[in-house]
Amino acid sequence: MSSELELTCIMCPASCTLKVTVEGNKVVKVEGNQCPLGAEFAKTEISNPVRYVMSVVKVKGGDLPTVSVITRKPVPKNCIWQVMEALAKVEVEAPVEIEDVILRDICGTDIIATRRVKRVLRE
Amino acid sequence: MKALEYDTVVIGGGPAGVAAAIKATELGLKTVLVENRDLLGGIPLQCVHPGFGLHYFKEDLTGTQFIARLLDKLEKLGVERLLKAHVHSIEYLDYNNKVVNVITSKGVVKIFAKTIIYAAGARERHLFEIGVVGDRPDGIYTAGEAQTLVDIYGIMPGKEIVIIGSGDVGLIMARRFTLEGAKVKAVIEILQYPGGLMRNVLQCLNDFNIPLLLGHTAVKVVGKKRVEKVVVAKVDENLKPIEGTEFEIPCDTVILSAGLRPYLGVLEKLGISIDPTTGGPVVNEYLETSIPGIFVAGNALVINDLVDYVVEQGELAAEGAKVFIENNGIPTKNWKLFEKGRNIRLVVPHYVSGERDVIVYARVAYPERNVYVEIPEIGLKLFNYGVRPAQMIRLRLRKDMFSKLGADVNKILLEVKPR
Repeated sequence: MSSELELTCIMCPASCTLKVTVEGNKVVKVEGNQCPLGAEFAKTEISNPVRYVMSVVKVKGGDLPTVSVITRKPVPKNCIWQVMEALAKVEVEAPVEIEDVILRDICGTDIIATRRVKRVLRE
Repeated sequence: MKALEYDTVVIGGGPAGVAAAIKATELGLKTVLVENRDLLGGIPLQCVHPGFGLHYFKEDLTGTQFIARLLDKLEKLGVERLLKAHVHSIEYLDYNNKVVNVITSKGVVKIFAKTIIYAAGARERHLFEIGVVGDRPDGIYTAGEAQTLVDIYGIMPGKEIVIIGSGDVGLIMARRFTLEGAKVKAVIEILQYPGGLMRNVLQCLNDFNIPLLLGHTAVKVVGKKRVEKVVVAKVDENLKPIEGTEFEIPCDTVILSAGLRPYLGVLEKLGISIDPTTGGPVVNEYLETSIPGIFVAGNALVINDLVDYVVEQGELAAEGAKVFIENNGIPTKNWKLFEKGRNIRLVVPHYVSGERDVIVYARVAYPERNVYVEIPEIGLKLFNYGVRPAQMIRLRLRKDMFSKLGADVNKILLEVKPR
């Protein structure tokens, strides 16, 4: 038994509307994508949907009070809250460089910094 | 008061201005970048989500990563900059001489320049512009303000949130609020389709079961000291609230995501021509405004949905400044005006020469599937699966496409047609 469903591709801002044919939980046909990423997206979205998780964490002694962070790889959708809860407990010390690892090995990936925070001395 | 002389002054230290300053310096122009905050980078500094740089760097970066790369380049080139500097006014002395009056912490500075690249970005539309009446208590923020609070300062604006308008920043913030523990009760959109990109509707709203109320409007905000609720109603085809459909959503915070308008400030006082459809200046393909030697780029020119296009415009304006200085003005004699045909809401630039390759940005008036984007005069006909107002159309027109155009042609048509 195969069934058809519509998905919006989130791989880039083009936001292609995909017509996806599914047998069981296997994707057998993808239409409407303008690039190969669309077919790839449909496959993972049906079998194991993943998302990047981004947030900010507190920084001590920096020129900005927070540093922005992201998962190095997209994580399974059901891991989003696990990542957020772990991040809520984290506080780092300035300076922070882009790509610095903020939290290691969570949901199969690392959390890395995406903003530079310089060290400043305050009284 | 001290006087300074430059080939070009770039006003605004966001992505358009930074890109323009980099390009102008690389092209050998003596350049200074003026920014009114105490740091460069502009809005991408607070954009912690990915989706930036797919075109420009061919990589998926967060806004913060994207702007850091540009700023590193600016640093390496040693571009002069003036921070905490407010542009008070621009004086047009003559074709090759302009003055930018800047207020700095050390006093007023007069900058003399042959050209100006204006890249001061956009401002967010507010409640009075979208006709939401009622009280004005604490707890009302624009989406951009909320983004600054949450993603720079780590402060949440409230606990129970209603978002008015479905622009991209509002959608992005709906997800951020939810992840940080707030309850986003609804996103209210007056039109029948979302204002932001579909990918953001999916991953920011649908992923978290946040209701998107299409065809609804916020009639009024209610609250004494703090926001207490929003009154919402369905709208008819004329976008007027339908009587009897009102309902209340209790909340403590209202976030506005009702679009952006180019911020023109000092340019308006100079009397430049403004296009009412973009809200930005009328420009030729060098992104020169109606005042010779004053160029404009980024969201001050037209509201973009990708930072990649903003950067591209910054670079185009810098190239324009270089051509202006080398030729004692832009040398083109015959301009062709873009006419907006079927389902075209706006197009930039307004005038093209046909003498060189040109990049054209356009937006449609309403969503449409399976269409051709056409410029009949030059035989351009491009198939598109679906066009949406939220998604800018970008076309590169090559010089040779204009070769069959007669010299007397002074208008060309851009239109969208069903297949």
